[in-house]
Amino acid sequence: MKFDTPATTNPIDQLKVIGKPTSRIDGPLKTTGTAPYAYERHDVVPDQVYGYVVGAGIAKGRIASLSVAEAKAVPGVLAVVTHETAGKLGKGKRNAAPLLGGPEIAHYHQAVALVVAESFEQARAAANLVRVEYRKTDGAFDLARAKDAMGDSAEHKKEDSVVGDFAAAFAAAPVKLDETYSTPDETHAMMEPHASIAAWQGDRLTVWTSNQMIDWAATDLAETLKMPKEKVRVISPFVGGGFGGKLFLRADTLLAALGARAAGRPVKVALPRPMMANNTTHRPATIQRVRIGATADGRITAIAHESWSGNLPDGKPETATDQTRLLYAGANRLSGTRLAHLDLPEGNAMRAPGEAPGLMVLEIAMDEMAERLKIDPVEFRILNDTQVDPEKPERPFSQRQLVQCLRTGAERFGWSKRSAEPARMREGRWLVGIGMAAAFRNNLLTKSAARVRLDKRGVVTVETDMTDIGTGSYTIIAQTAAEMMGVGLDRVVVRLGDSSFPASAGSGGQWGANNSTAGVYAACVKLREAVAQKLGFNSADAQFADGQVGSGNRRVPLAQAAGDGELTAEDGIEYGDLDKKAQQSTFGAHFVEVGVDAATAEIRVRRMLAVCAAGRILNPLSARSQVIGAMTMGVGAALMEELAVDTRGGFFVNHDLASYEVPVHADIPHQEVIFLDETDPMSSPMKAKGVGELGLCGVGAAIANAVYNATGVRVRDYPVTLDKLIDRMPPIG
Amino acid sequence: MKPFSYERAGSPAEAAAAAVRTPGAKFIAGGTNLLDLMKLEIETPVHLIDVNGLSLDKVEPTPDGALRIGALVRNTDLAADERVRRDYGVLSRALLAGASGQLRNKATTAGNLLQRTRCPYFYDTAQPCNKRRPGSGCAAIGGFSRQLAVIGGSEACIATHPSDMAVAMRVLDAAVETVRPDGAARSIPIAEFHRLPGDTPHIETVLEPGELITAVTLPRPVGGTHIYHKVRDRASYAFALVAVAAVVQPDGSGRVALGGVAHKPWRVEAAEAEMPKGAKAVTAQLLAGAKPTPENAFKLPLVERTLGSVLAEAKG
Ligand SMILES: Cc1cc2nc3c(=O)[nH]c(=O)nc-3n(C[C@H](O)[C@H](O)[C@H](O)COP(=O)(O)OP(=O)(O)OC[C@H]3O[C@@H](n4cnc5c(N)ncnc54)[C@H](O)[C@@H]3O)c2cc1C
Ligand code: SF4
Repeated sequence: MKFDTPATTNPIDQLKVIGKPTSRIDGPLKTTGTAPYAYERHDVVPDQVYGYVVGAGIAKGRIASLSVAEAKAVPGVLAVVTHETAGKLGKGKRNAAPLLGGPEIAHYHQAVALVVAESFEQARAAANLVRVEYRKTDGAFDLARAKDAMGDSAEHKKEDSVVGDFAAAFAAAPVKLDETYSTPDETHAMMEPHASIAAWQGDRLTVWTSNQMIDWAATDLAETLKMPKEKVRVISPFVGGGFGGKLFLRADTLLAALGARAAGRPVKVALPRPMMANNTTHRPATIQRVRIGATADGRITAIAHESWSGNLPDGKPETATDQTRLLYAGANRLSGTRLAHLDLPEGNAMRAPGEAPGLMVLEIAMDEMAERLKIDPVEFRILNDTQVDPEKPERPFSQRQLVQCLRTGAERFGWSKRSAEPARMREGRWLVGIGMAAAFRNNLLTKSAARVRLDKRGVVTVETDMTDIGTGSYTIIAQTAAEMMGVGLDRVVVRLGDSSFPASAGSGGQWGANNSTAGVYAACVKLREAVAQKLGFNSADAQFADGQVGSGNRRVPLAQAAGDGELTAEDGIEYGDLDKKAQQSTFGAHFVEVGVDAATAEIRVRRMLAVCAAGRILNPLSARSQVIGAMTMGVGAALMEELAVDTRGGFFVNHDLASYEVPVHADIPHQEVIFLDETDPMSSPMKAKGVGELGLCGVGAAIANAVYNATGVRVRDYPVTLDKLIDRMPPIG
Repeated sequence: MKPFSYERAGSPAEAAAAAVRTPGAKFIAGGTNLLDLMKLEIETPVHLIDVNGLSLDKVEPTPDGALRIGALVRNTDLAADERVRRDYGVLSRALLAGASGQLRNKATTAGNLLQRTRCPYFYDTAQPCNKRRPGSGCAAIGGFSRQLAVIGGSEACIATHPSDMAVAMRVLDAAVETVRPDGAARSIPIAEFHRLPGDTPHIETVLEPGELITAVTLPRPVGGTHIYHKVRDRASYAFALVAVAAVVQPDGSGRVALGGVAHKPWRVEAAEAEMPKGAKAVTAQLLAGAKPTPENAFKLPLVERTLGSVLAEAKG
């Protein structure tokens, strides 16, 4: 189905199932421990053995010598895979560095060997006996230094987006701000580590894994193993979190496949937690400079946002300036990213890539600017709202309720009680502050397909390679099929995460919900046509409700259309250029109250509110879960998460969950989420967009602004930790 | 993990004797620290002597009014003990500020005293670390040292001791009771129990090979207001950036020990004379000679301010 004109009324608009708060249909599997996660799939193939990964002990250089003799001599060891034995490998186009290193080493903990043994303990013990000598070479590991080395050279600015004359307008602006900020490297820290089981049947390969993007994984696995994609099957029905860390083929999958080939047995591999930060991808650090010029009454006349990040040679920049191109008005604009070469592990997508670190910075800058202008921060944003793409004023937004989000949030949160002057509110030992930030994340359209089957019991089965990474995909897909086919949720079966199913949008970029359900919608439209035809209805008139198909006075059970067998339809959604004609984005506002211990400068969040306008909310329950989870992640980004770079050795030092802190329950107080009523007919027949990343965008800045409001100390380098405040706290005792 | 053999000891003296019989043997109690380190091959005992069956799991008053805590009393039970809560509140609070409920259910008194550092380089076997591999160097010096020691460190090691419990025991003047392989018992004042790193950071206590901890004794209650203030980036389940354990008497005199600043719980008795004068005066003596790194220099003002807050709280 091609979606190239705005949606009109369709069966989804009945909202009998869609839009209702619905508990996840896979909940019982999860709460009873029976949802099959990759590493525990003991049942899928017999004779499984264990692989354990050896990671490089240097960041850059070459393997000088490699000895596996001792490891091989350990009882139970079946095979050791290294670059010397793996055969010639390709590289998937989504991987910056080879997943199996050697002789060249591209980054710390890059896999250099896999030991396969009968037991996990044997494999792990033997892995410690793989002897690797390295010849180190110098690498670049320090972003600040790399930025300085880049200087102001025009070469890095070739792709800047420029509108009007920023320099002149900024120079002429009566009120201005020019500040530099930084965000650190972050690791996804999802609960389930990367894990895979691989089994060969002749020249065919099956992997049970944990991956957000089935089709990408199958493509890149085939590419890396230099085999036809048709012979690779990837199965990932449950994913214990990914946050972008599982968008790509990673070492666990490739090494399980290589290990299984070497051992002649199915092999399972999980990345040990201490290896995940350096072996896989991470959100790269940024240094960002923001300049804003405004008239005395608060209208932005000039806005510039530049961001520096680093990556390995085939890696990309963190697109931290994207939101600044669209969020606020202003005639003179400049934005661009500058990419430095760094030899740290690959930087890549983590939940709301670009916007998350970008808004952490832009929304502090807006707070600072409001203060200089002596305008309320909420009003300052409202004053500079735009209903059109500021770079291309002929392009409107398909929907844009930023102002409504801000006003609703301010009202519900009690924003008017905030003291505009910082460090004025105190409760006992706590300095109390309130902060806010706008939230923004683009809505991305990608094609997505599904197959639906109707059987003679009237059960509708949906099959698509879409993944559920804890987000609730199973449930919204079931809701979509139930709504379309006029049956209850108990009559719908959803099967996900299998490359033998039609290719979907997958889970990433908060695009999963809208696109995958639109794909299911398309397949259901086809199935409705087939049903109508089978039962002798005119498909335009046929009503699907209560398990029956009807028109006029005639009603026939839906199941009857399947006859003695099954009725199947397959289709997908493909998009025209609606997203070119109008800008599709999601909007929100975050409000946060923090307490800062007047003595120790410890920061504790006290309450949080998010207001979101993000198209039709398909399932308010799972959407809320997405947003409160994202807000929690925002607390981590604001207050504690930072991969510490050892700039001598070139690696992230705090590479386990004892030393890389993420929020715990005690850090997360009262959270409230409000969804504004919205449908976006430009986005898809579902009229939905996404919220999973929007919920994170801006949270960090709202917290940093609240800390400023509490203490009067402006911290521009994340995370905002007590050591950055302590010297400027009020005298004690 | 390296292969190892395993036995259950029949009595404390037998356990100690068994430990010297097999070079490279170690005791195992709750296992919450030792097993993690064995999986990473940071600890590689060839033989484990399980001491869990030794009936050292009681908290008992002694005839002279002290309280004797068996080496195997779990952190959860110790924190909840009525006498500890009443007379040694700083200890109960320190325990509850540590780890998580599940870990405290397993963790033992002796194991807690002997837990190893949380220096991140100690955990990464590809990095030099004098504590893990004597003579290999110290990756933390000049590296990521935000958590590490500001005082008492050496050219060889700047790690901290991560225990909360031990800091409270230090302020309470506890004594560590042991039995040696020859069957002889001794009592070691907690002040002397943990060592500074010097040039042998891998030797962390004065225990001799095979020496088994049987109990920790708290002297008669000293009264006063008991406070344990642990400062950290997140609200729970994190090791201390700094911690202050204090017992403050109504006249403003008292005792104070610090966690998170040194290779052992840090207490300078002479500094306590300054307590009535306030936090600044105490800290000046307590941290005299501190040598922080640029990354952890914030701990110095943090100690002073935390202590100030503790003294204010004690005043009520
Ligand atoms: C995730 C995590 C978070 C934590 N957070 C904190 C925290 O915030 N604060 C804190 O204080 N601690 C914290 N801990 C540490 C925890 O307190 C220790 O792991 C625990 O106290 C160790 O006790 P155990 O009985 O399990 O020791 P084990 O692991 O069994 O043993 C530790 C050591 O003691 C030796 N040993 C044990 N018993 C004896 C004995 N009777 N005589 C001589 N030697 C003996 C063992 O040989 C071993 O070397 C944390 C631990 C973890 C894993
Ligand atoms: S500080 Fe101590 S524990 Fe840390 S690396 Fe140096 S020697 Fe090892």
